[in-house]
Amino acid sequence: MAMSYDRAITVFSPDGHLFQVEYAQEAVKKGSTAVGVRGKKIVVLGVEKKSIAKLQDDRTVRKICALDDNVFLAFAGLTADARVVVNRARVECQSHRLTVEDPVTVEYITRFISSIKQRYTQSNGRRPFGISSLIVGFDFDGTPHLYQTEPSGTYHAWKANAIGRSAKTVREFLEKHYKEEDMESDTEVIKLAIRALLEVVQSGGKNIELAIMKQDESMKVCLNLWYLYSKKIAAV
Amino acid sequence: MALANVLQSESVDFSNYGRQRRGFASGLYETELGVESVGGDNLSFAVRTACADGDGPERKIEFLHGTTTLAFKFQHGVIVAVDSRATAGSYIASQTVKKVIEINPYLLGTMAGGAADCSFWERLLARQCRVYELRNKERISVAAASKLLANMVYQYKGMGLSMGTMVCGWDKTGPGLYYVDSEGNRVCGDLFAVGSGSMYAYGIVDSGLKQQNLTVEEACDLGRRAIYQATYRDAYSGGQVNLYHVHSQGWTRVSQSDVLMLHQQYQAEKAEKA
Repeated sequence: MAMSYDRAITVFSPDGHLFQVEYAQEAVKKGSTAVGVRGKKIVVLGVEKKSIAKLQDDRTVRKICALDDNVFLAFAGLTADARVVVNRARVECQSHRLTVEDPVTVEYITRFISSIKQRYTQSNGRRPFGISSLIVGFDFDGTPHLYQTEPSGTYHAWKANAIGRSAKTVREFLEKHYKEEDMESDTEVIKLAIRALLEVVQSGGKNIELAIMKQDESMKVCLNLWYLYSKKIAAV
Repeated sequence: MALANVLQSESVDFSNYGRQRRGFASGLYETELGVESVGGDNLSFAVRTACADGDGPERKIEFLHGTTTLAFKFQHGVIVAVDSRATAGSYIASQTVKKVIEINPYLLGTMAGGAADCSFWERLLARQCRVYELRNKERISVAAASKLLANMVYQYKGMGLSMGTMVCGWDKTGPGLYYVDSEGNRVCGDLFAVGSGSMYAYGIVDSGLKQQNLTVEEACDLGRRAIYQATYRDAYSGGQVNLYHVHSQGWTRVSQSDVLMLHQQYQAEKAEKA
């Protein structure tokens, strides 16, 4: 029965499913894990870096993208799809600056990305984007935000979340260890993100890419954190 | 937009009063539409090159170019003062025109140039502002509102729109004042006066604003006086002075004073001083 309803995206199944969207979510579950945590004055994104071939230049594999000075995004799923979405979002951030003379709010750009994704669930001959994304940043007035978008075009705000492979395990870890008071301290936020990722990433810190943004500062990407944080992790 | 392409983006003059055609350097052409003057009814479609606003009062279609509108920022917000006379040539069409358009409870727009153009585009702006508010759950900033208006009319540049408006409001960055016109200008500033009586108004406000820290009363008085002086000397301005004050809670309509009453009041004050 399911077979005949998943051919065209624009068709509902009798029990109300859009199968293409659900298959897109399966594609997301195959992607490498990404975790995001929102603190009071800091936001952190961490992604699992897949091991790459010896001759490959790993600087060209970027899973965390800056959309503007105050917003950045990490995704899980099909990298090529993400490239398209990120490009459009970057253009929209600048268009917004041009027409409104203000930088985008995190919610605005999340809404924009979600509406693109939704459009692709309702058009002929197109398939949905196979990515979920974690969008993180600070608004003009300094409030931090973390949003997650899905292939269906929905978005929600989170205090901490994970997407991609083993997202459920990581989310459970976050739910167990997230403490409101800890979020005041920048290092606690970073530690939580790293520990959450370490649950599912093999062989420790070499395969983690972390992006940190503090209020009023631009994003810093930290690669190969092992030597920076190994002491803290050992303590934990 | 298609019309502009046909006419190669030269402005079109619809003038059916049979007056002497002004001579322009490039002369007059038939349009490519092949429309000619029909003898009796003095109706003609003539193309002339786009020119600056300088010949404002001559173009019949925008009879509000004869006007005085004024807005300035001060410590407690923005004062907006306008006259209320509409003229068609030397005929006074109305003494009770509302030249301040209430875009929404915290944004005002003034009207100078074509009345239809101003009120239409500012109502469209009101709609856009409301949609922005609903989508983003916060008020639109004055900068963004004026940008939206400027972008809307820029698409019709050269097609004969005539609009010189000041967008005034209060947003999270404080008082905002922008001058937007149909040529595509959009300028942020502390003081603007638009219209045929603007020079007289500038004289009063420039000298009155020398003292810093005006109270609301003093600023309203200054605005009222500036418009009055403009109506005193400019034939195309008159009627009543409509005064608005924009503050952090939105705008308030302060007063509507007939110019003749103001004249008597100021004369009496002068007599007292003497």
